[in-house]
Amino acid sequence: MQNAGVSTFLAQLLNGLQYGLLLFLIGSGLTLIFGVMRVINLAHGSLFMIGAYLAYVVAGWTGSFWFALPAAISGGILFGTFLEAALFRRFRDREHLDQVLLTFALILIFEEARSILVDNQFHSVAVPELLDFSIPIVGGFAYSAYRLAVLAVCLAVAGLMVLVVERTNIGASIRAAAENPEMVGLLGLDARRIHMLVFAAGTALAMLAGALAAPLQSVYPNMGDGFLILSFIVVVIGGLGSIGGAFWAALLVGTIDTLGKAYVPQLAGIAVCGLMALVLLVRPSGLFARG
Amino acid sequence: MKSATSRGNTFLALAGLAVASMPFWATAYHMQLASTALILSMFALSLQLLVGGAGLVSLAHAGFFGLGAYTIYLLGPVSILISLPVAALTAGVAALGIGALALRTSGFFFLMTTLAFGQMLFFLFHDTPLGGGLDGVFIQRPDTIWTISKAQRPTVFLLLNLSVLAAMYAGLWLLMRTLFGRALLGIRANEHRMRAMGHPVQRLKLAAFTVAGMLAGIAGHMAALTDAFIAPDLLGWHRSAEALLAILLGGIGFLHGPILGAFALTLLEELSPLITERQRLVEGAVILAAVLLLRRGLAGIGR
Repeated sequence: MQNAGVSTFLAQLLNGLQYGLLLFLIGSGLTLIFGVMRVINLAHGSLFMIGAYLAYVVAGWTGSFWFALPAAISGGILFGTFLEAALFRRFRDREHLDQVLLTFALILIFEEARSILVDNQFHSVAVPELLDFSIPIVGGFAYSAYRLAVLAVCLAVAGLMVLVVERTNIGASIRAAAENPEMVGLLGLDARRIHMLVFAAGTALAMLAGALAAPLQSVYPNMGDGFLILSFIVVVIGGLGSIGGAFWAALLVGTIDTLGKAYVPQLAGIAVCGLMALVLLVRPSGLFARG
Repeated sequence: MKSATSRGNTFLALAGLAVASMPFWATAYHMQLASTALILSMFALSLQLLVGGAGLVSLAHAGFFGLGAYTIYLLGPVSILISLPVAALTAGVAALGIGALALRTSGFFFLMTTLAFGQMLFFLFHDTPLGGGLDGVFIQRPDTIWTISKAQRPTVFLLLNLSVLAAMYAGLWLLMRTLFGRALLGIRANEHRMRAMGHPVQRLKLAAFTVAGMLAGIAGHMAALTDAFIAPDLLGWHRSAEALLAILLGGIGFLHGPILGAFALTLLEELSPLITERQRLVEGAVILAAVLLLRRGLAGIGR
């Protein structure tokens, strides 16, 4: 009996970490876009939804889930570049109220487009056959291979991001832009290119997260809404513009939310918000903010 | 934010009289529609104290609206003379607590934290059995002042909602004339200068946040009373965005803007199904048009 309890707990813990890593993919894009462009994007959760639907459609067309991941990444880069050039570039000088409403309008339009192009039904995406088995971990406890693969992919993306942001020239200019947007122009860097890059990368990450999540949960209308709120909380806890902060905050939020839903379902939603309230009390600029 | 001139107030009073005369010429359906617009007006007007007054864009506001609505359910059938102040007080206490935390941040962080706190209130009623569950509940209307027959309801609620909105507008109009109101406008214009001049900026903002929350609670209370149905969606942040839209559409720079915006939005929601089923597309397009073209809102046309 006790053994079963431990197995369930381990499974939920791993689920929590994997959920947290998906949150990191969404939240890291959000925090970079806030940090660098000073644009609030409420439609970021919708990008996650679009990624999941893209995976559903591509997997349906080609018969293989494996095409969905590159489709989500390349689709995200294209879509993000388009959104930045067509809209978000113009939103930057606007007041917060305008940004909130403009991106709220995008949510409505994306959802309606989804309803026109696909439909309003719940869909499931099959776990790829290659990974449709369980891996025994300790004792009688086994865990889904696909979920482990998602963990690995997210960790790899996180590592790659840290490497790019902390170790490369373009990463240095992104950090400079997040620290002090006016500085970028003074240093002779092309602010427009940085914005486009950051927005395209953020969109691709959110859509990749959606595609990865598609086999784990149903694909359904407004599925990005819950992720939007949680990724906002991740950004607040992690500190604006901080990739490392977003990483630890996402793991924390993902684990608390998942364990909460498993053991005290009534309080899961409130617990995460309570955590954020606590962080605001102690450190208003975020738990992991620099300085 | 400008308050209406005496000519503007005369116009508003005439519009109010026109609404008040509806029982003589309008159908029950249209009176209910007018009640919906009046309630959205109250809700948006309460938020205008923050947005147009102190320059604070809050996404938690629907939470206070919903708290006010749920007060009626939690109290059971009592007189409106009890439920209305209790609704205002409950929402006010919640706004004081949430505001004390959220106002430690500013700018983007304020938006994000109010969004999260608003959703926390939403989850409180969505995930726990406290408020009757996620599907919502029908509530028993209190009619202990006098017994209202079913046929009288649209008339009574229309006049009740109109009176509450009129009182709320008059109260805010006066409030913006006090030192407190002037100080809020100062904070919106230049917070640093107000701080340097020795104004207790933080406390003024918290006071505005609390008062706005109380007024939203009153609006929510009237909504629950009018519709006799409550659901967790009342607290969701999409409703806060709707109130912000009413403010922007009506004119962020004017105290009476949200009322114009709320009536325009209600009319649009009523008429747009005649043209297309794609409701969200229409709403999205209206937002884009309002933000990009109608910079000063309906109240600013021709000025």
